Amino acid sequence: MENIITRYRNASFLVAVLFVQMLMLGVQVKRTDENRSTRLIRVWAVDAITPFEKVIVGIQHGVANLWYEYFYLRGVRQENRDLKQQIERMQLEEVRLKNDADQARRLQKLLGFKEQVISKVLAAQVIGSSGSERSRVIYLDKGARDGIGRDMPVITAEGVIGKVLHVFNSTSEVLLIDDQTSGVGTILEQSRLQGVLKGTPGGEVILDKVMNGEQVQSGERVLTSGGDEIFPKGLLIGTVAKAAHGPESFLAISIKPAADLGRLEEVLVITKKEQQEPEVADTNSRAVDILAERLPSVPDKKPDEKSADIKNQGPVAAATTTSHAPIASATVPGAPKTANVAGGVSGVPNPGIHKAAAASADGVTKPAVGTNKQTAPEAPKPETKTVANPDVPTTQPSPQTVPAPPPDQPQ
Amino acid sequence: MPITYTSQEQIEVYRFGLPVTIIVPLVAIFLQAFVPVRFPFFAIFDLPLLVVIFFAVARRRPIAGLLTGSIVGIVQDSLTGNPLGLFGIAKSVVGYGASSLGVKLDVENAGARFLVTMFFYVVHEILYFSVARGLVGLSMQWSWPHELRSAVANAVIAVPLFALLDRFKKRT
Repeated sequence: MENIITRYRNASFLVAVLFVQMLMLGVQVKRTDENRSTRLIRVWAVDAITPFEKVIVGIQHGVANLWYEYFYLRGVRQENRDLKQQIERMQLEEVRLKNDADQARRLQKLLGFKEQVISKVLAAQVIGSSGSERSRVIYLDKGARDGIGRDMPVITAEGVIGKVLHVFNSTSEVLLIDDQTSGVGTILEQSRLQGVLKGTPGGEVILDKVMNGEQVQSGERVLTSGGDEIFPKGLLIGTVAKAAHGPESFLAISIKPAADLGRLEEVLVITKKEQQEPEVADTNSRAVDILAERLPSVPDKKPDEKSADIKNQGPVAAATTTSHAPIASATVPGAPKTANVAGGVSGVPNPGIHKAAAASADGVTKPAVGTNKQTAPEAPKPETKTVANPDVPTTQPSPQTVPAPPPDQPQ
Repeated sequence: MPITYTSQEQIEVYRFGLPVTIIVPLVAIFLQAFVPVRFPFFAIFDLPLLVVIFFAVARRRPIAGLLTGSIVGIVQDSLTGNPLGLFGIAKSVVGYGASSLGVKLDVENAGARFLVTMFFYVVHEILYFSVARGLVGLSMQWSWPHELRSAVANAVIAVPLFALLDRFKKRT
């Protein structure tokens, strides 16, 4: 035996080394508990490599800042003017969105909906990657001592990019959503279909577990569903690039991530998120009152005109003017769906907030007659409320003819 | 044909200083981790593998090649999210194989280096794929066109890289 080992010394050594590594692999594969500690060898490797990356990224940013902030100022005045104009436009837009968002929150409050709010984020710079096409991870310049923990969501202004996989003292490793081992609970914005977002070995992003019979349109936005308990609900992930019938019973849906995963520089780590009821100033109003506020209104008339109108219109007008409540209650079911995606913190880009605001506007601003379907966003038109005219017969259903469907249960 | 069969006596065996032995693989791993952040296409290259092949062929000692491949591979594994040992096993075998080949063949010229790098790159990928699927259960897809393109790309940069690293060689 000893002779054989001596004779085939090199081959024996090879077999021994391979055996040890396979044993090591076997142990790692078997230990799948989530709370396992980071292996010391990873800590050593990361500690040996990342300081150099930090230094180079720091120098790179220093030089770039010096150049762009002190020397290369061409076009800055024009850009400044453009940005000021943009701010003015956005301020106007903000007022409108704020009203919508406030209203959505009041509805959430009334429906007992608890939203998940991003209460704390940490900005970090990307300093490195795995360097392999087989593993799509990146390294951040912030770690455990900055408050980063395992499984924290990582986003950019454009959308979700991944979650924290391993945490070291001053760095952390992030698993990108295009890695084949990643998985994100998602929901399609329009069709409300849920699925699991994951990467392919080729680096593409797909949406899995959507049944073949469902209709999915290209361009539809994909949001986090919150079902994975890692990512808060309503964050933008990307858009549907292509949907086709898959080989099994699920659709093959290709997703275009909103964030450019190949060129990440700065990211935000969501270090704290909490469940809370929406904060609203006025909590005493009923849902129907809030929705009634949104309905088109008739300009106030003088008292003498009012009394004349009532005399002329008789019972028809009385019936129609009180018919707002059933319409409002019929549109309530749309509200929790749209309101669910709200949530965020001031100053933190959260696509869910915009979506919530826009969607709530869609759902409740236009009083559709006899239907509770969501309609295109449109400013309320006072002239649409022509019920005061006794010559025009109203088609608006009475509360008895169109029973309001039960509101959706908040998720 | 650039690859020539040489007798044991004709083969030059080189050695490297300790700083070179440590720093060159570390620099290769560092570049491999850092450059793709700014230039994503760079992930097609495998600089640590090229370094393993270079040291193995130059030293012509299978155990040294095996250990170099093993250590470089495990460090590289540490930077990925995958279990430790995937790159380790693949690079161990490549290091051993390249050293063994270096004993038998003269792989000092550019053409030989190009072919040897291409060959070992494909071997490396097959090993990695087999271990990842067979032992770890990762769902990986094999694509011959992609692997061959990568093999050529790595072989192309291996030629100047090896010429650069030749400067650190010391005769025994």
